[in-house]
Amino acid sequence: MDSQNTFWKSAVKNGLLAGAIGLYSTLVGLVQAFNKRAVIEQLSLGHITLLLSWGVVAYVFLNHHREAESKGKLIAAGALVGGLGAFLVALLPMTAQWVDYHFVFVHAGPEMYSLLTFGKGPWVGSAMLVAVGALWGVLIALVVSLPTFWRNSVVKAFLITITVGLLSDLFSGMTIGWMFQPFLGVEGLNILGAVLVFGLSIAYDYWSAHRKPKESAEAVATEPTGITKAQLRRMVVGALALVVVAGLPLLLGSYLSHVLNMVGLYTIMGLGLNIVVGYAGLLDLGYVAFFALGAYMMGLLTSTGPLGIAHWTFWEAVPFSILVAMVAGILLGVPVLRMRGDYLAIVTLGFGEIIRILALSNWLKPLIGGAQGILLIPKPPLFGFKIQTPIHFYYLILVGIGLAAFVAYRLRESRLGRAWMAMREDEDVAEAMGIDLVVTKLTAFAFGASFSGLAGAIFASYVGSIFPHSFNLLISINVLSLIIVGGVGSMPGVFVGSLALVGLPELLREFAEYRMLIYGLSLIAMMLLKPEGFWPEPIRKRELREEVGD
Amino acid sequence: MSEKIKYFLERISWVDIMVWLFGLAILVIAVIGVIGSIHNAYYTKEQWMDFVVFGISQGGVYALIALGYTLVYGILFMINFAHGDIFMAGAFTGYFLAAKLNQYGIYNSHPIISLLLIMLLAMVTSVVVALITERVAYRPLRKAPRLVPLITAIGASFTIEYTFRGLYGSGVEAYPDMKIFVGKTSVLGLRILKVHLLVIILSILLMAALYAYVQYTKAGKAMRAVAEDKDVASLMGVDVDRVIVNTFILGAALAGIAGVLYALIFKQVHFFMGFIPGIKAFTAAVVGGIGNVPGAMLGGFILGIFEALGPGLILEGLGIPASYQLKDVIAFTLLVLVLIFRPTGLMGERLSEEKV
Amino acid sequence: MEPILIAKGVTKRFGGLVAVNNLDFTIERGSIASVIGPNGAGKTTFFNCITGFYTPEEGKIIFDGREIQGLTPDRVTRMGIARTYQNIRLFSNMTALENIMVGRHPLMHHQWWDAILHTRRYKREEQEALEAARRLLNFVGLQGLGDQLARNLPYGAQRRLEIARALASEPKLLLLDEPTAGMNPQETSEMIRFIRHLRDELGLSILLIEHDMKVVMTISEKIAVMDFGKKIAEGKPEEIQRNPRVIEAYLGRGAASGIKSATATA
Repeated sequence: MDSQNTFWKSAVKNGLLAGAIGLYSTLVGLVQAFNKRAVIEQLSLGHITLLLSWGVVAYVFLNHHREAESKGKLIAAGALVGGLGAFLVALLPMTAQWVDYHFVFVHAGPEMYSLLTFGKGPWVGSAMLVAVGALWGVLIALVVSLPTFWRNSVVKAFLITITVGLLSDLFSGMTIGWMFQPFLGVEGLNILGAVLVFGLSIAYDYWSAHRKPKESAEAVATEPTGITKAQLRRMVVGALALVVVAGLPLLLGSYLSHVLNMVGLYTIMGLGLNIVVGYAGLLDLGYVAFFALGAYMMGLLTSTGPLGIAHWTFWEAVPFSILVAMVAGILLGVPVLRMRGDYLAIVTLGFGEIIRILALSNWLKPLIGGAQGILLIPKPPLFGFKIQTPIHFYYLILVGIGLAAFVAYRLRESRLGRAWMAMREDEDVAEAMGIDLVVTKLTAFAFGASFSGLAGAIFASYVGSIFPHSFNLLISINVLSLIIVGGVGSMPGVFVGSLALVGLPELLREFAEYRMLIYGLSLIAMMLLKPEGFWPEPIRKRELREEVGD
Repeated sequence: MSEKIKYFLERISWVDIMVWLFGLAILVIAVIGVIGSIHNAYYTKEQWMDFVVFGISQGGVYALIALGYTLVYGILFMINFAHGDIFMAGAFTGYFLAAKLNQYGIYNSHPIISLLLIMLLAMVTSVVVALITERVAYRPLRKAPRLVPLITAIGASFTIEYTFRGLYGSGVEAYPDMKIFVGKTSVLGLRILKVHLLVIILSILLMAALYAYVQYTKAGKAMRAVAEDKDVASLMGVDVDRVIVNTFILGAALAGIAGVLYALIFKQVHFFMGFIPGIKAFTAAVVGGIGNVPGAMLGGFILGIFEALGPGLILEGLGIPASYQLKDVIAFTLLVLVLIFRPTGLMGERLSEEKV
Repeated sequence: MEPILIAKGVTKRFGGLVAVNNLDFTIERGSIASVIGPNGAGKTTFFNCITGFYTPEEGKIIFDGREIQGLTPDRVTRMGIARTYQNIRLFSNMTALENIMVGRHPLMHHQWWDAILHTRRYKREEQEALEAARRLLNFVGLQGLGDQLARNLPYGAQRRLEIARALASEPKLLLLDEPTAGMNPQETSEMIRFIRHLRDELGLSILLIEHDMKVVMTISEKIAVMDFGKKIAEGKPEEIQRNPRVIEAYLGRGAASGIKSATATA
């Protein structure tokens, strides 16, 4: 009897939580803003946001009690959680005639109320909303009571369908977009497409679950030539990947190539910061300074405008951009050599800000243009041909990434790389092992800075004009976050992190207002749920997991 | 002889010499600037006094925020990057109450009560935001490697900023003028703005109260015990979780009030207003010696005064135009200088080495 | 034969506390010497003065004919002194093999450009380092554990890995800070054998800090006893056991049983 009471109490509590999250997303304006984006036919992202804010709470709660409670009770509790969650949200339109929410909350207004009530007025509409919430709760309870395999598969398929629907522009934007037309609505997927994606996802799960044993037997078998099948497969996959990487911009078209280029520039920076933070363990929050220096150097040396001092070509200027960034890395590194972790963070952050403020100041305006920046930066020529479009730049950036990754990888596998990691693990002991901390720290700063300088130089030439506003603290934080999201110290992780933190927000630009909110929320979620990153170094994974777990 | 030189050369640290020279160079430049400014007499004595008073009041706000950083850092060894945004939450929410009170005329008919109510609301808002942040984002990560909570804090910072942007809009709102605090008054023969006087008095009172709380109450002693050694404190029967929550409450409450004071000086509030003061306040905490409560207060005032005086006093003497644009450069340079010559801050940090 | 290490009048203060007070000590080449004393007697501080972690205010430390006091730890290590720590300090997120390779740092000279270009020097040194690391793994009996993260190794293995890391720099003098701390009697006697083996095989000079009297009395050729930062006695094990000041210092702290049992076994 007692446990019964706690179950229902807990259900009510979770209903309130669901309502609170629903109210939050409504009042912040997410629901309304996302309503403009259809995902599957008429179902908008706004609806899905509301459903998800109730659904996640209900799912976690019901799943927790799945073993202990009967199916009927789960369904009732699901209805309770969903219904209560919806009721709290419905309170907004119901009480709107007496309370002026709009005075404080900008998004509260007739448009929001009508959206929440399906345009049916405060009373009928609210009843409908609560009914939808309760039904949704029941549906979730039904999914929860499925056997484990099917439950996971359905949830996964649901999330994948939403994601595909959300990113469906990506498909129509491709050069081969016509191939996907039958499955797309005016915006988002159509019913056929949604069913197809959902079905494919489940089918794939089913197939991969029933295939496993066969595959592992296959991997053991060795070909008489000495090349194992696994090796052969790896080679084929590698070759395919190369072809895809080379052909990608042709497939994706100009806009998506531009997105990829931004991802690429951040990847170069990420590889550099990964040396400083990931290998050497030096927390640098002012990394944007070197990006800015590289870009300004490129601007000054190549610009054909009044501020250009040399009128060089891109190729002549690149080494100087890298060199200046590298020297700056060493110079800024010297005063912080003796500083401990968190002081290092705030001082480097200060350096980054100083560079930006100086770039913006009237004092240096005659030299570097102040807020008006440097304009007319020419594109890089290449054997009589000009690297101009995003697609051309894609290849230039690809070369940059290759170079940076090559250098980073080779350094890691050397005496210097081990010295960096030893220093990250324990500075005193590293010194007692004969490692010169000054040299080791300064080389880390120098290499980190030079990668950033390279990215800055390419960036300047790519966008053609640079302004101090492009070099704010946000970039430093973005780069730091992306190497952590990818997995600290992991080189492929840097790319994955850039895709997630730079690529996705670029694609979801129409929610510009909420980009940063989603970004912030996902950083927190990431650290709570998967602190080792999406693509961790095998070593790193064990470490972070263990420490969080105990 | 050459033996001796060799012996000496082997023991010199070139890094230390370079860093010291770097610091000395900045100091020399600063002195040249000061001499130049005084020589050219760009400003009258009154104007200098205005700068100083403005610096002190701004410094008081920095100090109040810095206390939140220092308290949390002293206990958890994490930079609560979101603290500046907790400050914003209070100031921004307080605005709506101020506007409503103004609408009904209470704002000017009962200014003291209004101000207290606004501060109370700002405090409560800041505390609620801080508690949610602590519960959701920080508590589960207490034992994680240091980078993890830092990233979480950065995420929390964005989340709070853009949540309030979503809730209250992206516009800049202005606190209405409170009539009794408009204009100047005479204190000890000085003409200073009433608002500045109010802010200075309030911030000093609050700091005194906080110091007494930390130093003399049982809860304050528990806080210091936890800062000293979490494990030992918990063995002695201190509820560490409770103390950490208390610390966040205390820091957030001060930040909320600081938000209102800030809004009284600068009038404007918007969702991004917490960012720069947050960084400045952290700088102030480091300048004073992180983890050190009086240090944070001192650091706040010093930073505030330097920022107010620096552009006019140092940079203009060097012939730099529009020097006010570079006040943040002054703040960060001060930080670097302090760390070069006193690596543990002016008053010394209150941390035991092995814990960091 | 010339001694490998001579400490003359070494004094190290922390504020008002004199952690090491006017200490003289000499270690003969190829010998095993020990420093013993109650907790807080200044043994580890003395170690830290030798390795350059602290700079003594007074006195000289002469290693292999050169004054080394005041040099930075990395330089001292490169001159041929290696150490282990009382509370094992491995690079816990690196593998055992990598730990040893870091220890070999002073013997490697390739620069970053060598690493990027994979020059002959880089390849030769990396190859040598890898082979040396494998050899050392075998030498300390950790074969097969090279790819384990240092943090995942069992306690005894971590101790031995730390010694292997110290040996990787091919030192002339090895400082061991309580190498048998936290070990059971069987592990302890294995460690004793291992330390002897180190000296006999590699011709190292070894300086030990130890709490365990049995260990000290069994393997040391010379013992210095410290109390409150001062050396109160020095000599061969049997002399130390008979020294009344030593017995008093230990009796005062209730450690007489340690002396007795050590005497009985010695």
